[in-house]
Parts: sequence; structure tokens; C-alpha cells
Amino acid sequence: MSILVDSNTKVVCQGFTGSQGTFHSEQAIEYGTNMVGGVTPGKGGLIHLGLPVFDTMQEAVDNTGAEASVIYVPAPFCKDAILEAAEADIRLIVCITEGIPILDMIAVKAKCDELGVCLIGPNCPGIITPEQCKIGIMPGYIHLPGKVGIVSRSGTLTYEAVKQTTDHGYGQSSCVGIGGDPIPGSSFIDILGMFEKDPQTEAVVMIGEIGGTSEEEAAAFIKENVSKPVVAYIAGVTAPAGKRMGHAGAIISGGKGTADEKFEALNDAGVITVRSLTEIGAGLAKTGNW
Amino acid sequence: MNLHEYQAKQLFADYGLPVSKGVVVDDVDKVAAAVKKIGGKKWMVKAQVHAGGRGKAGGVKLADSVEDVRGFAEQWLGKNLITYQTDATGQPVNRILVEACTNISQELYLGAAVDRSSSRIVFMASMEGGVEIEKVAVETPEKILKAPIDPIMGPHSSQGRKLALGLGLEGVQIKQFIELFLGLAKLFQDLDLSLLEINPLVITTEGNFECLDGKIIIDSNALYRQPKLKKMMDPSQDDEREVLAAQWDLNYVALDGNIGCMVNGAGLAMGTMDIIKTHGGKPANFLDVGGGTTKDKVTEAFKIILSDENVVTVLVNIFGGIVRCDLIAEGVIGAVQEVGVQIPVVVRLEGNNSELGREVLENSGFNIVVASSLSEAAELSVALAEDA
Repeated sequence: MSILVDSNTKVVCQGFTGSQGTFHSEQAIEYGTNMVGGVTPGKGGLIHLGLPVFDTMQEAVDNTGAEASVIYVPAPFCKDAILEAAEADIRLIVCITEGIPILDMIAVKAKCDELGVCLIGPNCPGIITPEQCKIGIMPGYIHLPGKVGIVSRSGTLTYEAVKQTTDHGYGQSSCVGIGGDPIPGSSFIDILGMFEKDPQTEAVVMIGEIGGTSEEEAAAFIKENVSKPVVAYIAGVTAPAGKRMGHAGAIISGGKGTADEKFEALNDAGVITVRSLTEIGAGLAKTGNW
Repeated sequence: MNLHEYQAKQLFADYGLPVSKGVVVDDVDKVAAAVKKIGGKKWMVKAQVHAGGRGKAGGVKLADSVEDVRGFAEQWLGKNLITYQTDATGQPVNRILVEACTNISQELYLGAAVDRSSSRIVFMASMEGGVEIEKVAVETPEKILKAPIDPIMGPHSSQGRKLALGLGLEGVQIKQFIELFLGLAKLFQDLDLSLLEINPLVITTEGNFECLDGKIIIDSNALYRQPKLKKMMDPSQDDEREVLAAQWDLNYVALDGNIGCMVNGAGLAMGTMDIIKTHGGKPANFLDVGGGTTKDKVTEAFKIILSDENVVTVLVNIFGGIVRCDLIAEGVIGAVQEVGVQIPVVVRLEGNNSELGREVLENSGFNIVVASSLSEAAELSVALAEDA
């Protein structure tokens, strides 16, 4: 078991023939991901990396039975690409692209929620179930099949956590990068809920950052709903508050969002927090008889 | 991207929202003409900087003669204004907004921002306008009324009416407030804002609304489709090195320590700063070189880091995911050579081909210290900084 994806998951790539789409699809195929085709408008009918190219997502879904899509198209076109995938009955959309306008994401998130589609990202490394399915830009070789679920707002910090769980021999059930944007398709809570239900996952590593209140919300969720041990690290304890304008941002977050407040909320929820990112593996070692 | 008050007010006016008559001046000699154009006997003069808290810092004044306006312009143009929202050096004042004087009967607060929790634009209104609004939000949150905007349906009049009644408005002011709310919601969505604030929104002694101040932040990711707004950018309000870094797709923030940092990924960059601090050191900057760590980008990153005179050592922390570490190592050596880096550089490379990468660095002949782990890298750079 794992969450969201496994070796049977059929994946199409949107922006397949572009440089990013090509490079990362090659890597995914090499890793063993069940890639079944791609979409590039205007290039339907071509064969790329040995797989069929379609003009639309609907054609791709009708012809391949794809259930997941990964998006590498440039930011100005992502709103359209996500909506197209959602309306073509794709159940899981992973958007890697960064720099999507926030109002586009507000609209897209509302539509995905309405249709019951799971959107991961944008601005994220993607999702991987080790040795089964890699959707995204993470380096496959640092992963090891195992029992730790990882969910993170940051790309390279995820790799640090993965490497430590691999080095300790725990391995990972699945790793999900939810992305660092203000409006992510899926939240910590969404993914934590999935890890709680997944029998393969025995413990969860959660990696947050300063800004927003998603870690505080996750802490409240963990307190009520997560029985498995959770180890958390929050980046940005030393980040300065910085220049700012006006008050609206502070009012809306109710003055929350600093690393210290997040650590406090997580500690209060029974989460094992580590203050240094090099201690994630050691934190996990404390969670049980491993 | 931040806008100045005078730019925000231009946009308010474009959307038919009430603002005072005003003229912006960038030269003391233009004061007389501005004052004449506005007319009247009293004027508000306001320093234009990207920061709040201007009033308490002396950047806003009521002037009752042309000489007074001129004196204010002479006092501030070309100087820096320091407020509680700026850093210690403050923000340069290049423009002064001269406005007709408004007779205020009541001060309200009206703002809107993207709420991450609900994934909605949320409007906020309060009768407790003025500078203490954040205190109001913490101490008496019930005094701040909120209206979320449905992403599919958009704003509707009844939301504006509900806010107006909640604020205790009566008669024609309710209708005026609804128009204001709908106009601002349209402006927010049309122009890709991420934050909008009118503090204070005033009711004049004549009973009309007026936007007395205006703060707008534009979503930088959307500037490609807002060419008119892109032209309103004022780089003088941003840190010079940050502007330069942005041109190279580098995310740089200057800090006050002495250990320069170059890291790939924003989260890892913050995590690296945290580790330096844990080991007793002080980071000189945040710098995210991004995904494709090329020699050119690393070279520019070194130049920017070293332009800070406080930097005595540089910690390079790269988790080479898909990019091979030996290529990154060659990029670092090439950059050190090209820039002529004299101070010690501590490098921690992890990921694809990391052993080969470390070997390349160790044999480079430059003042590069190779660390085998992130903790060791932090320890080494802190020790080097202490010895310097």
C-alpha cells in the first residue's frame, strides 16, 4: 500500500514535448512509472519517448485510461491545463510549475474541490511511491520503499528528509510535496489524513515553513485525527519579519505564522518537533521500537 | 510588487472610487504649481514610500501655506523615511503627494487580502479605523467584519450591505459603501492584487466616503498580464542587491550577519540559516539559487553575496537532485575563479554523484573547504567566521 499512486497508476504528462516535460518524463519512465502518453496541443498523433501524444486531455484519457496527470506547462497556461485535466475526469493532478498567479489558483482550487479532484502543487517537486511511481522532479535514487510518509511544503527540504529516512533504513511509503504557494491544491491535512489510513505508513514526517497558518491547522488536525507518530520540522526560525506594507496580511492571519508559533502548536498536538533539519532521522528514531 | 499611495489612488479613481484631489511632485520647484492646481487653503502632504507608519514618523503633515508645503518637500525629497515597518535605514522619499484637505467626521478601516486558509479573497471592514487596527484584530477580533468573495460567483451587493449595516452605516452611506465594496472587489480581481487596504476610509463632514490612504500589493506572478501596472514598479524602494538578484532569477534577502549563504531551494535556504544560528553563527543573507544551478548563476550569486562587506566566509549548500554534483562542483570552482573569491568557501554537496563532486572540489587548489555533512558545514563556517 501507499497513498495516491502505485505501480498501476496510469500517468499522462501535460506539456509532454517541451524541454521540462521531456526530461522529467524520461526520468519517470526510467524509474518505472506507468507513463501512458502526453498532451501537447497541436502535436496530437506524434509519438514522443515511445508514447502517444494527444491534442487534448479528453483524447488522452479516452485512449489510454489515464487517471493521473503531471503538468509542466508554463505558468500562464497552468490554469487552463489544470481545468482541462479536471474536466477530463483525471482523479489526481500534480502541477510542478511555479509562478502561477494567485487568483488563477483560487479559481482552480474551487473547481477541483467541486469536482472532487485531488490537486497536488503547484510549485512542488511532486509525489513518489518508491520503486513504483514517480510523478515529478525529485531524484528517484534517494528513495527507499519503507514505512515513513513524508509531506512537505519545500522541495529540497523534502530531499533532505527522504535521504535521512533512507540512511536510517526506514524508507518511505509515499512522499508528497504539497508546494510552497499560498494556495496549494492539497494541504497538510489532506495528506496527513491519507497517511493515517494507509497501513504501510507507520510514522509521518511533516516539513513546514514560516508564513500562513497551514502548520497550525495541521497541528489541530493531528491532535484529533492522527494516531501515528508525527515528526515535524519548520524552516525559518531565524528568518526576519522583513519589510511590509499595511495590516491586512497580519489581520487575516490573526498574527500567526512564525516558526515559534508553529512549533508550539505542533508540540501541543503531541508531535515530535526537531529544531534542526539534520535531526529528522533522529526524531523518527524516538518514535518507537525501530 | 508594492505600489505607492499615489499610484493606488490613481487606480481607485480609474474605478470611480472617491479620492481627494491630489498632485504628486518629485521636485521642490513643482510644489507651487501643484498647490495652485489643487486650490484651497490647506493641504495634506505625504511622503511616498513603500511602508506604513508614515504619520508617526513625520512623513505626513497638514500644511496651511505654500511655504509650508515647500518646506515639507525640502525636508523629505531625497531623504529616507524610517517607520516601524521599515528597516533601520528606511525608505527613500522620491515623491511627495500633495492633496486637498479633507474634513473628517469618522475613520473606518477597509481591506482585502488572499486568505490562505479558506482559499478566498476576504474583505475586512471595521469602525475602528486608523493605525491601531492590528491591535483591534488581536484584542477585539469581533470588531472586524469579514466578507469572503466566492471565486465563481464573485462579490454581491448583499455582502456589501451586510458589511455596511454591521458597521452601523445609515441612509445614503449604505449605498455608497456597497458601491465602494463592489468597485474594490472588481479592482482586486481585474488587476491581480494580493493585498488592498484603505486605512483610513473616512466619512467626511459632508457625509461622503473618501479613500484617505491606499495600499496595494500586486501579485508578482501576474505581472506578465498587467503591463500597465508593471510600469508602476519603483525599484528605488527595494534593496539594490535584491533587485539585481531578481534579474538573475535568484532570490536574495540581505541580513545582518557575516556568513554568506548560497543554497538551492527556499526551504533548504531557510533551514541552512537556522542551522548556522544553532551553531552560534549569523547568516549574512538568504539566497536561493533555484533549481538549475548553472555556473553563470553561481557566479552571479557569489558576486551578490560578496558585495556585502560584512561577509567573511561563504557556505554553499546544494542538494543536487537531478543535476550531477560534479557539474555543480565545477560550477562553484569556475565561479570562485572568475569572481576572484579571497575568503574561505565551505561547500556541502549532497545527491547525485556527490562523492565525485567533493573530490573535484578538494583537488581544485582554491580556498574551498569540503564538508561531509550539513552539520559539519555549519560548524566549519561558524568557526571560520569567528577566526576572521
